[in-house]
Amino acid sequence: MIEVDAVIIGGGIVGASAALFLSKAGRRVALLERDFCGSHSSGVNYGGVRRQGRPLSQLPLSQRAHELWGQLPQLIGIDGEYQRSGHLKLARSLNDLHALQHYAVSSQGFGLDLQLLDRHELRARFPWVGDVTAGASFCPDDGHANPRLVSPAFAQTARRHGAQVHEQCAVTAVEHDGQRFRVSTQTGLELHAPWLLNCAGAWAGTLAAQFGEAVPMHAGHPAMLVTEPLPLVMNASTGVEGGGIYARQVARGNCVLGGGQGFALDDARARPGQHAVIEILRQAVELYPFLEGAQAIRTWSGTEGYLPDRQPVIGHSSTQPGLLHAFGFAGAGFQIGPAVGQALTEIICSGASKTPLDAFSITRFHSISVA
Amino acid sequence: MKAVVIIGAGPAGIRSAQTLMAHGVRPVLLDEAARGGGQIYRRQPENFKRSAVKLYGFEARKASGLHQTIDALRGQLDYRPETLVWNAEDGALDTLHEGRAARLEFSRVIVATGATDRILPVSGWTLPGVYSLGAAQIALKFQGCAIGERVALCGSGPLLYLVAYQYAKAGARVVAVLDSSPFSAQARALPGLLSQPATLAKGIYYRSWLTAHGIPVHQGATLKRVNGEQRVQSVEWSNAKGEHRLDCDAVAFAHGLRSETQLADLLGCEFAWNPLNRAWLPQRDHAGRSSVAEVYLAGDGAGIMGADAAEMAGERAALALLEDIGYLIPPQRPDSLERSLQRISEFRNGLERAFAFPEHWASETADEVVVCRCEEVLAGDIRKVVREGHWEINRVKAHCRIGMGRCQGRMCGAAAAEIIACESRRPVSEIGRLRAQAPIKPLPFGLEVEP
Ligand SMILES: Cc1cc2nc3c(=O)[nH]c(=O)nc-3n(C[C@H](O)[C@H](O)[C@H](O)COP(=O)(O)OP(=O)(O)OC[C@H]3O[C@@H](n4cnc5c(N)ncnc54)[C@H](O)[C@@H]3O)c2cc1C
Ligand SMILES: Cc1cc2nc3c(=O)[nH]c(=O)nc-3n(C[C@H](O)[C@H](O)[C@H](O)COP(=O)(O)OP(=O)(O)OC[C@H]3O[C@@H](n4cnc5c(N)ncnc54)[C@H](O)[C@@H]3O)c2cc1C
Repeated sequence: MIEVDAVIIGGGIVGASAALFLSKAGRRVALLERDFCGSHSSGVNYGGVRRQGRPLSQLPLSQRAHELWGQLPQLIGIDGEYQRSGHLKLARSLNDLHALQHYAVSSQGFGLDLQLLDRHELRARFPWVGDVTAGASFCPDDGHANPRLVSPAFAQTARRHGAQVHEQCAVTAVEHDGQRFRVSTQTGLELHAPWLLNCAGAWAGTLAAQFGEAVPMHAGHPAMLVTEPLPLVMNASTGVEGGGIYARQVARGNCVLGGGQGFALDDARARPGQHAVIEILRQAVELYPFLEGAQAIRTWSGTEGYLPDRQPVIGHSSTQPGLLHAFGFAGAGFQIGPAVGQALTEIICSGASKTPLDAFSITRFHSISVA
Repeated sequence: MKAVVIIGAGPAGIRSAQTLMAHGVRPVLLDEAARGGGQIYRRQPENFKRSAVKLYGFEARKASGLHQTIDALRGQLDYRPETLVWNAEDGALDTLHEGRAARLEFSRVIVATGATDRILPVSGWTLPGVYSLGAAQIALKFQGCAIGERVALCGSGPLLYLVAYQYAKAGARVVAVLDSSPFSAQARALPGLLSQPATLAKGIYYRSWLTAHGIPVHQGATLKRVNGEQRVQSVEWSNAKGEHRLDCDAVAFAHGLRSETQLADLLGCEFAWNPLNRAWLPQRDHAGRSSVAEVYLAGDGAGIMGADAAEMAGERAALALLEDIGYLIPPQRPDSLERSLQRISEFRNGLERAFAFPEHWASETADEVVVCRCEEVLAGDIRKVVREGHWEINRVKAHCRIGMGRCQGRMCGAAAAEIIACESRRPVSEIGRLRAQAPIKPLPFGLEVEP
């Protein structure tokens, strides 16, 4: 039997950063991960570290994450290939450009410093962008990082600060005996703690449902692809207003692209699917003409949780004191993850998060009946 | 109607096709190569006119037989050369032919994707002038040229002596054959090898021929490094007697073969660790049925057994397929094929002992040796990740890019597994299996799609 202050289910970037901040604050923590830390969404995502384009309600938390990303080496001991290349959101039509203008106005005051570029300015500053674009919005301090390195490093650093990290250790049963949680794992561990953090990503719905607060979450599988190393041309990470193909280039020259949806192979594994892959290969050259003739060497996908409003659930359970949820990041939790871990830590250590979390309360689904 | 599809026009795929045709089932035969024949009986370009005997030696009759079979079937079956199968999902295969992507739905599929060399890198192996044994043989068979003027052939496996013989026969100067397996292992293996006396005789013949023609053959000889500035200038090797150096301008090396299993993986076949092949292989029963009802496996793509076995396994898998879709098949044939396959598999056991895997390779490989040349990952990079606590091969891949490049681990996967196992002190069977991802080979941007 293991007695700790908090048990965290899920070793993705959210659970691992909670483990890191809690251990730094002197709390005894056990992080339980079914597979390997950072082997799901957190380790296989596109690697976009961007604030631009998020709903306004996420921007305070996202801004906080931005500061944490700025200290990444101090935080996790590696640079994680993080670079503030800037994030360029492309508009394919004047309508889309208006939408970007609208966002730039409404997000003022959150520190994004967006720069709107018309067709000519875009060509002049980013000549590698295709002619189909009508303009863009540029966020100079957004960027990208290598998720394969960053997310596991959060767990590794948490361990260095004293957290118990158990990998290949699925949680199989959770009970609350009126005093504390009793958590059992497939490997036969039993853990007791007054706090339980549900950071189980796309799989978090099961625990929420067990405590009587089922959520209408579904799993999605963004399709990803990477090229062989190419000459360096992209000096910003990109996305497209209204969705489409996003792309970035890493320092060694490979371009990483995403777009469209793959499919689930089983509960925990996903593939990008030939349809999405072919669409990326065909359509990317319009937006990024330098890719013509380049070769894609690998494709992949992941399993991510989406709620109907594409906003996460973060904060207290409404039915079980001591239970905290943080899941449903809708394809955008990599950037914000470290700040979520920090906010959860504040709830445990000082009673409330410094950043408002009201928009993310699980109670917003209570009136919705879940079939 | 959904097609019966065969992937791979090597000995296994061609015999599968022939068997299906003989029963009135017309398959689609997909092959990445331009002309049927597979690895061993790879054909020269149409305008080359060397004789079969010159190209295939002892194997000339078999090679011609197989080529005649495919030439005769060509017009009747739906044969699609230069067609890469790059993905499989949802009962369909995704293909690429001359820059066009297409889908082919299948009712049943026989996977006969063959094998490539197993490479265990040494210092200097990325220098120009270093080839795999298979590539050296292909240069000879396909292009009619040798890889150099003074060639050193190294590693182990039956291909080592065969390629040496073929090179010498073709007039190339073989400066030495450096066989990493000790003579004692080969003596111990003799009982198993006696189950296929003819094949054994051939092997002995190659070796005596080499000796008779003054070509130095060293056993228990470990290739240590390849030296050179712009290209290969010499090799260093060692044996019980000490360290040696040998001038040469080209090197070919490999340690046996490895199965091409990615498609079986994408098709959902179950895999199991196979100690003999020292690899994860898709599981098949004696007839070639995989764990997936519609998928059959034949030839070296599901475990290395050589060309003769590939032909038989191709026929056997086709018979299983026919039986499963309600055709009457010759009642004695499956048993007789399975018995022959069993005999070859005993021989194969012997071969594996004769050409023992160099167990010390991983511990003796220096940190500076490039293991993955696509991503320039060094042995030391892999070890560093292992020392950080990772031991599962897909995790190690995520951390140091081993197996993430162009070849997707087909070249470096086996070597990486050995280093991970050695460094983490686990058996190589206990570090997990590199998961296959599409595309099996690189795909170009801007491709066209068949409607
Ligand atoms: C392909 C893809 C691309 C993306 N691109 C971006 C991007 O560019 N930018 C961005 O900000 N976000 C992106 N995201 C989203 C981002 O990756 C996720 O929102 C984020 O990683 C979520 O982190 P997490 O810790 O909640 O989830 P996860 O990383 O999924 O971690 C949850 C963990 O819980 C474990 N678990 C589940 N059940 C149990 C159990 N019973 N016991 C123990 N452990 C359990 C799982 O094994 C898993 O490791 C992308 C996501 C995907 C899939
Ligand atoms: C270079 C080389 C030389 C060899 N020489 C000998 C020898 O002399 N004697 C011996 O007994 N064995 C030899 N072998 C072993 C050889 O694997 C077998 O003997 C025999 O070729 C196996 O037959 P197969 O039909 O299983 O596969 P192969 O002959 O390898 O044929 C497989 C075919 O599948 C095709 N293919 C693979 N993947 C795909 C894909 N994704 N899409 C489309 N097509 C695909 C390949 O292009 C190939 O044509 C050699 C192997 C190699 C690599």
